[in-house]
Amino acid sequence: MGFLAAIGRAVLHLLETTGSVSLFAGQALALSLRPPWHWRLIARQMMDIGYYSLPVVGMTALFTGMVLALQSYTGFSRFAADSAIPTVVVISITRELGPVIAGLMVAGRIGASMAAEIGTMRVTEQIDALSTLATNPMKYLVAPRLLAGMTMLPLLVLVADVIGVFGGYVVSVHKLGFNPASYLKRTFDYLQVMDVVSGLVKASVFGFLIALMGCYHGYRSRGGAQGVGTATTQAVVTASILILLSNYLITELFFSRQ
Amino acid sequence: MTAAPKIQVRGLSKRFGPKVVLDGVDLDIAQGESLVVIGGSGSGKSVMIKCILGLIAPDSGSIVIDGEDITKLDRRGRERVMGKFGMLFQGGALFDSLPVWENVAFGLIQGRGVSRGEAKAVALHKLAAVGLSEQVGNLHPSELSGGMQKRVALARAIATEPEIILFDEPTTGLDPIMADVINNLIVDCVHELGATTITITHDMHSARKIATRVAMIYGGRIIWNGPASAIDSSGNAYVDQFVNGHAEGPIKMEVRPL
Repeated sequence: MGFLAAIGRAVLHLLETTGSVSLFAGQALALSLRPPWHWRLIARQMMDIGYYSLPVVGMTALFTGMVLALQSYTGFSRFAADSAIPTVVVISITRELGPVIAGLMVAGRIGASMAAEIGTMRVTEQIDALSTLATNPMKYLVAPRLLAGMTMLPLLVLVADVIGVFGGYVVSVHKLGFNPASYLKRTFDYLQVMDVVSGLVKASVFGFLIALMGCYHGYRSRGGAQGVGTATTQAVVTASILILLSNYLITELFFSRQ
Repeated sequence: MTAAPKIQVRGLSKRFGPKVVLDGVDLDIAQGESLVVIGGSGSGKSVMIKCILGLIAPDSGSIVIDGEDITKLDRRGRERVMGKFGMLFQGGALFDSLPVWENVAFGLIQGRGVSRGEAKAVALHKLAAVGLSEQVGNLHPSELSGGMQKRVALARAIATEPEIILFDEPTTGLDPIMADVINNLIVDCVHELGATTITITHDMHSARKIATRVAMIYGGRIIWNGPASAIDSSGNAYVDQFVNGHAEGPIKMEVRPL
């Protein structure tokens, strides 16, 4: 019986959390889309999420593109299919690796810091203080982060796409002996608008999820330093899982009929 | 008392799980009165004040402010009523991401839509009223001592010239001299604004100085309430024990013998 009760508790807990996250997300999204907007705060979050994430996202995209070219070569050269490498690199990067890798890196960087900042504000009563100063804390703290996440992640991914393809190009041309002109031509020959667009849509969804998890866990944190620590971990872990899950779902939505 | 009370609390109850924190609190606070609520740790003082602020939803009971039951208001109505309040939090709850003057001006800029330049002038004036210079206005809260943080928090609470001000343990954690400075500031500010105030504290020296009326909360109920001058002749054994600070008496602390 104890075993069944444990399963029941876990299921109830999951349902309860799903419900409260959905309510939180609905309320935050409604407030995000309704004026007035806190431009100053939105701009600061955009700097944090977009600009300051560039080095780490660019670096991971570069190495991913490089290793992708190298690995495709070791596989494809056995079938004399080397000429497919540019296509494989560009499609893998734009459709999957660009958004997922940028998403995971930003989840670690930004999701954690959002949860820590908002969590600390919660346990030091700063969120209560916002309410007493006639300011809606959801509007002031959560909405700017959601908006910045949803708009900046696609831009980051666009940069990651370019750098990733460049990484593949560098390895192919300087190490594997490809002709630069024909590599670039092949890169764009089979690339479709949809490949890039689907990646940007994913990025926007990931940006929303990262900001939502950071804010939700921070907002709900309880019990001092330890509570904030737990919130930070939770924010990164749940955001990462949701990114991979929604990545599959969106891929299915875009490409299952092709 | 002939005029309708500014704040009227009736049958206010709140429980967290099995723990009953408030068990039917009844309280009237007249316009311009300074009520001090005394009571030991865990007696429900903080929860009561958070219910009045609308930060915690009570399980039952009513809180009528200027003839309007705030427990029945929607979010918009609550935000409107919140504009009448100022609150001094126990830990200060200053926003550590903003400089001191912006903390003080926050309610004016965000809540009232006053321009930043105008709000800064008001903020510096309020800082001067609590004895802090213009230079302090440009520092961040983390650079201030505990007593200075309390004074900034006081300046923030009175910056919007609220009708009702709540003080949560205003002197806790301060040295006796700074505590008296804060007490004097509270008396002066309140007198100048003509505000109605509720202070919760267990510092009897502070209570005697601030209060026009005193109420004692014990076990989630108001067990005594009378003019500040009658506190030493209350004839209530609980009040006597608390006011005189005796370990022996009707109030039993849950301390296990060694």
